[in-house]
Amino acid sequence: MRFKSTHLLRAAAYGGLAFLHLPLLFIVVYAFNSDDGGYSFPLRGLTLRWFARAWEREDILQAISLSMGVAAMATLIAMVLGTMTAAALNRDRFFGKDGFTTLLILPIALPGIVTGLALLAAFKLMDVNPGFWTIAVGHATFCVVVVHNNVVARLRRLPARLVEASMDLGADTLTTLRYIILPQLGTALLAGGILAFALSVDELIVTTFTSGSEKTLPLWLLNQLSRPREVAVTNVVAMAVMLLTMPLILLAWRLTRDTDTSPGAQ
Amino acid sequence: MPETLALPPLAATQGGLRHRLANLLYQRRNLTLLLLLTPPLLWFGVVYVGSLLTLLVQSVFTFDDMAMSVTPELTSQNFQDLLVAANLDIVLRTLAMAVAVTLGTVVLGFPMAYYMAHHAKGWEKGFFYVGVMLPMWASYIVKAYAWTVLLAQGGVVYWVLDHLGLRGVLQAVLSIPAIGGETLATSNLGRFLVFTYIWLPFMVLPIQAAIERVPGNLLLASADLGAKPFQTFRTVLWPLAFPGVVAGSIFTFSLTLGDYIIPQLVGPSGLYIGSMVYTLQGTIGNLPMAAAFTCLPIVLITMYLGMARRLGAFNAL
Repeated sequence: MRFKSTHLLRAAAYGGLAFLHLPLLFIVVYAFNSDDGGYSFPLRGLTLRWFARAWEREDILQAISLSMGVAAMATLIAMVLGTMTAAALNRDRFFGKDGFTTLLILPIALPGIVTGLALLAAFKLMDVNPGFWTIAVGHATFCVVVVHNNVVARLRRLPARLVEASMDLGADTLTTLRYIILPQLGTALLAGGILAFALSVDELIVTTFTSGSEKTLPLWLLNQLSRPREVAVTNVVAMAVMLLTMPLILLAWRLTRDTDTSPGAQ
Repeated sequence: MPETLALPPLAATQGGLRHRLANLLYQRRNLTLLLLLTPPLLWFGVVYVGSLLTLLVQSVFTFDDMAMSVTPELTSQNFQDLLVAANLDIVLRTLAMAVAVTLGTVVLGFPMAYYMAHHAKGWEKGFFYVGVMLPMWASYIVKAYAWTVLLAQGGVVYWVLDHLGLRGVLQAVLSIPAIGGETLATSNLGRFLVFTYIWLPFMVLPIQAAIERVPGNLLLASADLGAKPFQTFRTVLWPLAFPGVVAGSIFTFSLTLGDYIIPQLVGPSGLYIGSMVYTLQGTIGNLPMAAAFTCLPIVLITMYLGMARRLGAFNAL
């Protein structure tokens, strides 16, 4: 289709892209705002003072360490379970396969409040005190599908002839798994793990219900919106969260881009 | 000759137990499948489905207003209470926003998706893809926080509007009931803007994937046959891209329906389904009523998914 002017289309596309990025850019700018209130514009001056303040705050460091710990645990569980589901679902049809696929995507297809409240109701019933483990269990549940998707995409593109060749050359199942399948899966598994980690670090809605009095990084940020303590410091933390996850997302994209876009390329 | 070809079987040279295991896994595919499926099935069956069932059971329990406690006496009162005018109001308000946000993301996202799929080549394609994907994965609360700062009076948005001399236009728009409010940060317009911003990438990527599969020469053929650009869009491109639009709308619709953070941060007072659930369980401790309320998005989304499946959106995911 030829628009009378492709320029109009290009302008709309770049405009949309700018719309997506400007707010993120302003978060970075505001982190250096010298104003105590933290949001006046134009900025009156630049400072690095808030970085130092953020680093001194116990509550921030605690939120960071809790978020990292939970994300590491959730990622570990998701990588094990996600690889298993991918290996199982990539094989022949079996009874209940579609139901099982639905079960995998349900935690992200249903709104976060449903998953969050359901977990809370179950924890309450079992008299489990909310804390590190209840958060980690919740996060792992919706992270499985991320690992699963990455691994299953790679498995589908893994040329069957590689496995056949390995078997023809006399390797048994375990040897083929060890030397052919696992190395091929490596980057997809890593990418899935990174995305699961990033998802866990950012998750807020399910976490509100399962965290009790513990504060992960997003919960800390949310708390700052209703009960701010040093508004300007919040800008620094918001920027830090973004700068922490963005390189991870880019890395995950790099890891899957080359191999998953060209089917059968070896 | 036969001697040189008679290589020892690789597996046989290694441990007997390992060899037997390898053979077993190869021959008994069902056993392997069972081994692979049991841990995830246990996890999802016990942790997730178990929790969902607990939630559903809670929704028919009785909440004692006096004692502020839950008793396992079965009642349908919670579901009857859902039909009270005040609660229906909440549902309609949430639904209206979910529909508006979905339309907003289509209008903004379609040109982007189309440009990405048919015009951007080489580095520009990658640039756009990363450019849409990064904000999608960027922290939800950071993005919401950014907007509360941007929309504040004395913040960036007001500064830009003042410099463009558009402050009066904004005030005129904000004076429209239902859309407006005192300020941008306390109006439905502001809330719509933040929702649209946050879910936009979830709409762009499925549409882009759908358009990518439309052969470019179809559009050229349409133009050659004399169709005006808008005709080509309406009769060729839109029908072919539509499954992608529906796929994207699953996200924008479901995510808006369940959200309770943005309605709390930006926009006028008045609860959403999500904020109602949060208030019920948090401040009041009425878990049964909160559970009954969560059945609403479950039912609405199930209906929506059923419709989306018939429109072919699942093939576009």
